Amino acid sequence: MVDRPEVALDELYREVVLDHHRRPRGRAPLSRVDARAHGFNPVCGDEVHLHLSLDGDRITGVEVQGRGCAICTASGSMMAELIPGRSEAEAGTFAEAFRSVMHGKSAPPDVDLGDLEALEGVKKFPVRVKCALLPWVTLADALRAWRDGATETTTTTEIEEAKP
Amino acid sequence: MTATAPPRTTLDPSALRARFPILQRQVHGHRLVYLDNAATTQKPETVLAALQHYYANSNANVHRGVHTLAEEATAAYEACRSRVARFVNAPDERGVIIARNATDALNLVARSWGATLTAGDEVLLSEMEHHSNLVPWILLARERGVVLRHLPITDSGELDMAALPRMLSRRTQIVALTAMSNVLGTINPIAEIAEAAHRVGAVMVVDGAQSVPHMPVDFQALGVDFLAFSAHKAYGPTGIGFLVAKPELLDRMEPISGGGEMIRAVHLDRATWNEIPHKFEAGTPNIADAAAFPAALDMLEELGMDAVRAHERDLVGYALERLRSLEWLELHGPLDPARRGGLVSFVDPEIHPHDLAQVLDGRGIAIRAGHHCAQPLMRRLDVPATARASLAVYNDRDDVDALVDGLVAARKYFGLES
Repeated sequence: MVDRPEVALDELYREVVLDHHRRPRGRAPLSRVDARAHGFNPVCGDEVHLHLSLDGDRITGVEVQGRGCAICTASGSMMAELIPGRSEAEAGTFAEAFRSVMHGKSAPPDVDLGDLEALEGVKKFPVRVKCALLPWVTLADALRAWRDGATETTTTTEIEEAKP
Repeated sequence: MTATAPPRTTLDPSALRARFPILQRQVHGHRLVYLDNAATTQKPETVLAALQHYYANSNANVHRGVHTLAEEATAAYEACRSRVARFVNAPDERGVIIARNATDALNLVARSWGATLTAGDEVLLSEMEHHSNLVPWILLARERGVVLRHLPITDSGELDMAALPRMLSRRTQIVALTAMSNVLGTINPIAEIAEAAHRVGAVMVVDGAQSVPHMPVDFQALGVDFLAFSAHKAYGPTGIGFLVAKPELLDRMEPISGGGEMIRAVHLDRATWNEIPHKFEAGTPNIADAAAFPAALDMLEELGMDAVRAHERDLVGYALERLRSLEWLELHGPLDPARRGGLVSFVDPEIHPHDLAQVLDGRGIAIRAGHHCAQPLMRRLDVPATARASLAVYNDRDDVDALVDGLVAARKYFGLES
């Protein structure tokens, strides 16, 4: 039988996405953890444990653990590549821009999403949008907790179904 | 058994497929291979026609009108009740309450019979229950201080029957169990457990959502007190389900929902209740779906439930054999087809179930991925989610082969060795 993977499937799982899935970045444990959050999607069991190191308001280290589908894993891996060296506010801008893209809008022209752009195809698969967003919702939680001074508190996000 | 051995059953799945319009469609350019029957089954043409016929010819409200349409609608609605009573061998059709679905039926038992329980009384459930047979009892426990206990499962995914005697006592008022697990496929020894429950004075509630459509279920032979199931998992429409009960128990229960239909006399500050089963059916019921469901039961009776079970048992045996040949795959539930219904849950340790389901969908194959509304069982199995393929009368070995090919293709797609 000849394998003819669907074009639509390749739009979801682009080569860059599969590469991040196979070799996820940000798996190395951080020596210092200043902020943390736990994201969980009860519908599919996707789970993200996020640790951040911060120097002032600058993110110096990102560690993403947990178990999830290829989309969730790739999204977390891309985040680990994108946000180190950025300020907390810049990281928030990326999160917002990526959320816009997942909901079918375009990112602001001055925001370069890097590899994350390869996840754009996910927006055509509404049930998978929440998989792509889970690491970013978890990031927002970690930063909120850090701003509130609750660096040692684990917050749990139960992400809801995507509402495009 | 090999891939070429003829099925040893009397069902002809390819002839049956012709009766289901939806099975003629394509998905992503492929023949639809529908393996999500434990979630809902597809509907035969006769059910669709009955639905259309009801609205086109007899639509009216039930039980009140004297005009012809009202009489026809009432007759169609009540015919569903007697048809269901006959199908599961209920002691009396007055014991068949028409509900929204199995969940609604289980909630009715938990709230109405549950109201007779007091703090410290116990309800025995199991670790393999669907949320619909867990959460109604959690609500009851919170309201009344009732204690919930859970029969453990063995590593092979069966109820630990050795634990049963110590889980039952004079405090046990209700035993509520699934007859067939929607995740593991396990067929539970309901008659044996019902007998043990009655010995301590408890009532036996059965979640028959997976068993009633797929094997012979005889309410009286099982010796149970309440049986819940949904029409939509039995080739019928969504939005209608049943609570089958012993009438003498229903007579002792209070309604949980008030309104029209369920009353005898209403004053401004008090009311008296209608007879069973009507006292549990407040408001205009789901007449159209009730009118359509008997066509699904006609199909099942024409096939014969013994033949349905034999077909699915043969097919699940074949599926288990083929899936076990994929050495990377983890299978959950009993491996003996005699002890399980027609569904298989599995995990590829390197591909998340959602990714598996996505790749299979690209090949026109519909399976389920997720926790299957059984989060406590997922924790017991120590998996975040599983993939599940579930069979019905119209599935055959070609469908299983398509699934297996798809699982191999998924490994290639994600760059894994198979």
